[in-house]
Amino acid sequence: MTSISNVSCFNEARRVAIFGGTHGNEMSGITLVNLWIKNGKEIQRKGVETKPFITNPRAVEKCTRYVDTDLNRAFTTENLSAPSGDDLPYEVKRAQQINEIFGPKGSPDAYDVIFDLHNTTSNMGCTLILESSKDHFNLQMMHYIKPALDMVYLEGLSLDLVCLEGLSLDLVGPQPQGVLRSNIFESMRVVLKHALDFIELFNEGLEFPPCSVDVFRVWDKMDYPRDTNGNIIAMVHPNLQDCDWEPLNPGDPMFQMFDGTTVRYEGVGTVYPTFINEAAYYEKQQAFVTTRRETLVAGAIKKA
Amino acid sequence: MEKRQVVLPTLSRVAVCGGTHGNELSGVYLVRERLKKKKVVEEEEHVSVVTVMSNPRAVQHCRRYTETDLNRCFTRATLSSPVTDKTPYEIVRSQELNSLLGPKGSPEATDLVCDLHNTTANMGLCFIAYSDRDWISLHIYRHLQRQMSGIPVRFLHFDLPLNEAYSLDSVGKHGFAIEIGPQAHGLVRSNILSAMQEGVQHMLDWVRLFNSGAQFEGGQVEVYTMVKNVDYPRDPETCGLTAAIHPQLQDRDFCLLRPNDPLFQTFSGETLKYKGTEALYPFFVNECAYYEKGIALSLARQRSVGIPSIRSEREGERGKFKSAAEEIEEEETEEEGSPIEMECEKQSGSL
Repeated sequence: MTSISNVSCFNEARRVAIFGGTHGNEMSGITLVNLWIKNGKEIQRKGVETKPFITNPRAVEKCTRYVDTDLNRAFTTENLSAPSGDDLPYEVKRAQQINEIFGPKGSPDAYDVIFDLHNTTSNMGCTLILESSKDHFNLQMMHYIKPALDMVYLEGLSLDLVCLEGLSLDLVGPQPQGVLRSNIFESMRVVLKHALDFIELFNEGLEFPPCSVDVFRVWDKMDYPRDTNGNIIAMVHPNLQDCDWEPLNPGDPMFQMFDGTTVRYEGVGTVYPTFINEAAYYEKQQAFVTTRRETLVAGAIKKA
Repeated sequence: MEKRQVVLPTLSRVAVCGGTHGNELSGVYLVRERLKKKKVVEEEEHVSVVTVMSNPRAVQHCRRYTETDLNRCFTRATLSSPVTDKTPYEIVRSQELNSLLGPKGSPEATDLVCDLHNTTANMGLCFIAYSDRDWISLHIYRHLQRQMSGIPVRFLHFDLPLNEAYSLDSVGKHGFAIEIGPQAHGLVRSNILSAMQEGVQHMLDWVRLFNSGAQFEGGQVEVYTMVKNVDYPRDPETCGLTAAIHPQLQDRDFCLLRPNDPLFQTFSGETLKYKGTEALYPFFVNECAYYEKGIALSLARQRSVGIPSIRSEREGERGKFKSAAEEIEEEETEEEGSPIEMECEKQSGSL
């Protein structure tokens, strides 16, 4: 079959937002965004308006993940269309405000690209979480950034992340909540630098040829073993702790009960666990998430 | 090397406390499991062990504290302050714990209080205590050092008099915190929990041995004494951080910090160096909970401390020897260099 060069054309990315503090205790994004609010020179690119923004200032002030409810789960259609009022949870009000400024979905006023900066206590390195596997623009951007860093992809929708369209979530770990580690901070900074470089090149008219990207697609969630009162009665097995993105085969140790016994993985095939021992997920009944490897192909793209 | 032997009263009541900070989960889980398996008060041969969840409200919310840091509420002033309906939860709780395990400084106080903590700093297992001459604590420390090979075991001394001692462990006649890191707050790492379980077990084993009359030889132990705290560089207007712990210092707790060694890295990439004139040992490097206390790291001096041989009082010897607290108090008023002869044949009252 003759292949006809098939280039997808996208509009110039004129307005880019960088969110920090969506979770008020994830310090890399908060620190970077505050830095750039004060002096935005580092994030300036020709022909692009870049706006750094603290999404959850009240949570940041208290250095807590959220005040009333998780902002990163708050952008549901129901929440966004709820009549505004004082009795709404703080984060729902905030989601409405953010949607107003940076969205809404499909409107000509919506921002073209949004980066949402996060940390994790899991040993995930630098991970980019994309809303959709069909977004060729974001896939091409990921491909551009990847050689500089250790990075993988995770499909956001399967993680129950409900966010604005065009948002990609930049996640770096391991870092405890409330702590700022120099190396983690610098890694995130470099990711943003390359992402903005990509956008600048794209806006200048550079055509990016087709590429393939190795990704990890979310498969399933695994909770901790619990007793009848809902208390956790085991912990991530030492063989699994810190082994994000490494294969977990049927029969491999998964949890260690407090009495010392081992609970093994009983799935059908090999999976690649991640978000292993993320502190914020204890309350979401998630000890880790399993993923499967895939190679996605992104078509050529250029500016319209 | 100390040649004398010290005889001390048995440790008939021991308290194991966890959840003093509700998001330091090793202690929370350890206490929860102990409470599940055994009675709250475990009477066994040679020792009675009380297991306590210190701050249940903070544990429920998985937060360090709800209104104020419980582990700063055990000074004499706070313990004796009047309680109104405006009194923060943690102060009410500290007074409850003082009734349960104290009263602090009285003959009724629990013999040994062990309070379990975690830190985000790479500190291994640390004993933290207010005295560097409490032989019980130092012997338990040496015992854990000898028994535990998988994790470094150290002893940190904060030189504060009993009235000003602010933490839960100061309520007992003897007491210390066992602090283990690195572990992020709000989660449990299996290796850290195992280390804590092992540490508590060795401590209780030592107490049983001590109470059964075993003699523990004297020797020398390394002790770190806190000298000062160092805060982050901050923006004069916002008080926000303008630098992070330097990558060459991060995770290097107890590695000697020399003058001009890198200390912080500013957000513009500049290295800020340690400007002190004395080489000191850093600890609590990048402890999450200390950002709000204005502490980026703490610094300590290390020295070798001689510990005497000790054993517990036998039947019939009770009351013949001064209590541990009295002995320590006397030592503090002793002139430098004059040895105290307290061998078991000697009569009391000679000092």
